[in-house]
Amino acid sequence: MSEGKIKVSIDGILVEVEPGTTIMNAARQIGGDVVPPAMCYYSSLEGSGGKCRTCLVKVSKGSEKDPRPMPKLVASCRTGVMDGMEVQNITSPEVLEARKGIVEFLLINHPLDCPVCDQAGECDLQNLSYKHGIEETRYNFDRRTFEKIDIGDKIKLHMTRCILCYRCVMVADQLTDKRVHGVLGRGDVSEISTYISNAVDNDFSGNMIDVCPVGALTDRTFRFKNRVWFTKPVEAHRDCPTCSGKVTLWYKGEEVLRVTGRKDEFGELEEFICNDCRFDKKATSDWVIDGPRSVKNTSVISSNHYELPAPPPVIKENLKLQTENKKQLERAEKLK
Amino acid sequence: MTRQLLLEHINVPGINTFEVYRRMGGYSAVEKAIKTMGPEGVLEEVKTSGLRGRGGAGFPTGMKWSFLAKPEGVPRYLVCNADESEPGTFKDRYLMTYIPHLLIEGMIVSSFALGAHTSYIYVRGEMMQQIRILEQAIAEAKANGFLGKNILGSGYDLEVYVHPGAGAYICGEETALLESLEGKRGNPRIKPPFPAVSGLYNCPTVVNNVETIAATVSIINDGGAEYAKIGIGRSTGTKLISAGGNLNKPGVYEIELGLPVEEFIYSDEYCGGIANGKQLKAVVAGGSSVPILPANLILKTIEGAPRLMSYESLAEGGFVSGTMLGSGGFIAFDEDQCIVRNTWNFTRFYHHESCGQCSPCREGTGWMEKVLFSIENGQGRSSDMDLLVNVAKNIEGNTICPLGDAAAWPVASAIRHFRDEFEWHVNNPVESQSRNYGLANYAIMANS
Repeated sequence: MSEGKIKVSIDGILVEVEPGTTIMNAARQIGGDVVPPAMCYYSSLEGSGGKCRTCLVKVSKGSEKDPRPMPKLVASCRTGVMDGMEVQNITSPEVLEARKGIVEFLLINHPLDCPVCDQAGECDLQNLSYKHGIEETRYNFDRRTFEKIDIGDKIKLHMTRCILCYRCVMVADQLTDKRVHGVLGRGDVSEISTYISNAVDNDFSGNMIDVCPVGALTDRTFRFKNRVWFTKPVEAHRDCPTCSGKVTLWYKGEEVLRVTGRKDEFGELEEFICNDCRFDKKATSDWVIDGPRSVKNTSVISSNHYELPAPPPVIKENLKLQTENKKQLERAEKLK
Repeated sequence: MTRQLLLEHINVPGINTFEVYRRMGGYSAVEKAIKTMGPEGVLEEVKTSGLRGRGGAGFPTGMKWSFLAKPEGVPRYLVCNADESEPGTFKDRYLMTYIPHLLIEGMIVSSFALGAHTSYIYVRGEMMQQIRILEQAIAEAKANGFLGKNILGSGYDLEVYVHPGAGAYICGEETALLESLEGKRGNPRIKPPFPAVSGLYNCPTVVNNVETIAATVSIINDGGAEYAKIGIGRSTGTKLISAGGNLNKPGVYEIELGLPVEEFIYSDEYCGGIANGKQLKAVVAGGSSVPILPANLILKTIEGAPRLMSYESLAEGGFVSGTMLGSGGFIAFDEDQCIVRNTWNFTRFYHHESCGQCSPCREGTGWMEKVLFSIENGQGRSSDMDLLVNVAKNIEGNTICPLGDAAAWPVASAIRHFRDEFEWHVNNPVESQSRNYGLANYAIMANS
């Protein structure tokens, strides 16, 4: 055993971590399927997590010293590991059952308007419900709705889709000065809002869009322009005086439709970027291209990233086939 | 007659003033604690007494106090939870209204034991009268040298402040209370860390119920061993019960723990039986959040032993056939009460009071309310009972604070014990709008 490290087993896989690590981060060191889903936890935001309850896991052995299991399921993002702890995530039916229940709770008041939502295709809630949700709803009452509001000229707040993860409030609290938005109201009618519809005007406010796990906060410069899976993500950077300048450009043809921060495999931003980079630099000439972004082949975004197949040589010699092929190409272009 | 420790002098005229309270032997616990016992001595007496938290959870107070971290140079706080908001519970308000100096005396003794120099009484915002009474009592105690700098010449300083809340139920949860006290939105904190390590302003804090703090006074006066003789088993001492509902004599009663429930309901010394000569149908024994029990199970356990008013006896049978003492909000229902309507009413309360921080409670409480509302109004479906049980199960234990459990238990237990009444509502949508189901069918329940 290495110096100062403690041993934890998650779903039977042993990992050595620093003392003070949470179960979630220990699982992320292992990676793969044993990582609990996180809708509200965001490693770079202090105090985040513990709210959505999707990351609940079972601690079947508390520690080497005190081997009693914990009486309830615990939020893995906010529970520290102990030496000798044994955690069950996907191996515990109890956890999977609870998670299914949580996903159902998150969805009963969600509008499920994915077909018109800009977040579709890169939505954490969509991915979560595909993986853990049940196929049909047992909820047959009106869903709660809110008016859409503009917070500033760049961000649209669609509160109906919100799952109250508090991430955007924490971004505003910890990244920017003078927070003007927060949670108003209580219970299932509480909402993220700005006080007397103040505009959110701050250099880093755009990061609220990136941390939002659902389509509640969307980029007004990108709204309804395209589906994310028709755009191609390309890594790029620029020499930005305010932020790191490392971004992902989302191309449609030659045009940059939007700019976001770079997300890691857990859907978290590697670095926060400034509004200047996000909203105003939308020409290829503003950027130095680093290369295509790798997208998991399970993601819907990867579906359109292949070059159109080149016509086989035989077509080149046959005029009729050539025209026919051209028509097909044009149609394919249009669809794209 | 039961031994009265808290309400002994409640009928003395003018007991709410310092002079009369002092004449009746008040503030002798402060003198005894500060002059002869020292903080360690007080803690030992409270440990010996076996006193358990009177706010609902029943955690041993002495143990809670001994968990308090004591780092050098960091202040420690005692916070009194007077945000009494559990439906059916009104004992703390009674205590604060009629005998406020008992709480102040308890605050001084407890703060002294914990080494706190600043203590807060967090009072529910609606209780303006009690806030004024407590402030008056604090001013009187201060004028007589029992509060402020150098209490009784011992060198011990203590300030007690009254802090009004804004009336949210969730602020009765200890960490939400601390958030509210700090001036923030009253959302419960995620534990650990527990308040004993990092509580108010990130300093070690003990949060105790009004009745718990008041009970320390007689523990100091008579000694912990004497206190432990009252009661039964690990439920020591006396407890205030707020009896409400269809009883002949509703009100606040001080009982010795271990009193049979049957005696409490039917004897003339206490509630005097069910009002208007009706029959008992069901009882919520400890405030709205504990499981509801039908009459046969509240009077006797499933084994047939008489049910006693104590932490252990009420909990016997677990959640299948038992309940909890909770905060002592004893609500009796007679044969004319509708369990469906009552359950809907409780759920409506929890829906309204959910803080909205974590998803199971935020979404689940509203869902249960809507389903129960449709059953109550004749639009229920036969699958709704299983749905409710499942939703309650998904909420229970998966939330940040116990509000989720508190919302789930009444629903789950009502369906467990009164399923036939729910089914009757669903199957007779028209009839259920004009009359009540009547007495529960106890025979079916005993077999299930």
